[in-house]
Amino acid sequence: MTQSPKDKPIPGTMIFDGDMAMKGYALNKMCFSFNSAINRDAFKADEDTYCDQYGITDAQRAAVKARDVLELLKLGGNIYYLAKLTGMFGLNMQDIGAQQSGVSLDDFKAKLLAAGEQ
Amino acid sequence: MAKLLGGIGSSHVPAIGNAIEQNLQQDPYWKPFFNGYEPIWEWLEEKKPDVAILVYNDHGLNFFLDKMPTFAIGAAAEYQNSDEGWGLKPLEPFPGYPPLSWHLINSLVNDEFDITSCQEMLVDHGFTVPMSLMWPDRIPTEQIKVIPVCINVVQSPFPTANRCLRLGEAIGRAVESYEEDLDVVILGTGGLSHQLDGERAGFTNRAFDTEFLEKLANEPEWLLQYSNHQLAELAGPQGVEMIMWLIMRGALGENVKELSRNYHIPISNTAAGVILLEKTA
Repeated sequence: MTQSPKDKPIPGTMIFDGDMAMKGYALNKMCFSFNSAINRDAFKADEDTYCDQYGITDAQRAAVKARDVLELLKLGGNIYYLAKLTGMFGLNMQDIGAQQSGVSLDDFKAKLLAAGEQ
Repeated sequence: MAKLLGGIGSSHVPAIGNAIEQNLQQDPYWKPFFNGYEPIWEWLEEKKPDVAILVYNDHGLNFFLDKMPTFAIGAAAEYQNSDEGWGLKPLEPFPGYPPLSWHLINSLVNDEFDITSCQEMLVDHGFTVPMSLMWPDRIPTEQIKVIPVCINVVQSPFPTANRCLRLGEAIGRAVESYEEDLDVVILGTGGLSHQLDGERAGFTNRAFDTEFLEKLANEPEWLLQYSNHQLAELAGPQGVEMIMWLIMRGALGENVKELSRNYHIPISNTAAGVILLEKTA
């Protein structure tokens, strides 16, 4: 464990530490490759073959297919790398924020605007 | 001798870069945010610094998780941004100043801060957004020289807030021991409270950010009472980036004067802050 044992879990929050970095290494490495347009095109052309090249686990592959950000985080994905993946599907940080917190995009934006009016 | 004039703390959300590109500064969503930069533009115009030291974090452009330096300093003649997979268009390169970079690296390592030196370094939105915010009308031939200082706040463990404050103090000593007459500013970027991942995505904390801004000029040690885990709870896992503002603050030494401050929720998923501190002694 790289987190201190006295650290209490934070509700609704995952800390990307050494354990998660090991678990998600291949997944994050694949997402890092999406900095290049050629790689984005190759992924879009054939997701399965692309995932094979990076040794993505079956669980991770299913979560990639489902565009399920919470599941990808649990499987070791780091949010900055996952943003490169979801960006290819036209999902920005607010779209995936809404998805993770289980509300519509409009409700997610409204929640942020409401925080500004406090 | 080189002289530190002051420091600026600023958020570096990628959406800001898109807003600048699309000229949305007067749009009702963006205006309350950009208005906070007017005093800074005036101050920079008046002071005309020669060099900016920009403290930021890379989000998966230059550094992947294969090698993750805690503290990395650019020592390149120029810095370019690049495709991050989405978002911002590539910009004109930013000129560096390797002699001062190496002076910083030498001085900091001698001061027992173990630095990764980078003679090639791509800079991502964490760097380019603050540059576009501070110098919106950058003219390539007259532009300020930059030194990127990249901090790991992506893969835990991050440096502690205390370590960041001390690194800043060491940067301040390094700048002021450089023989060439140069006016230098330092930028601490990132934050303030925000959370991009998990069911709590969209979390911000106005009370905490406000206290942080309130204490930054005269009582920066206030933040040191919190571990990074506690900061993740109070400011969100990405809000921990505020420890990079402490590097800026530490560099300025004991006496500073706060010249301006702005705070606005939301910019995308983030509580955006900006502060201008002038060194007074």
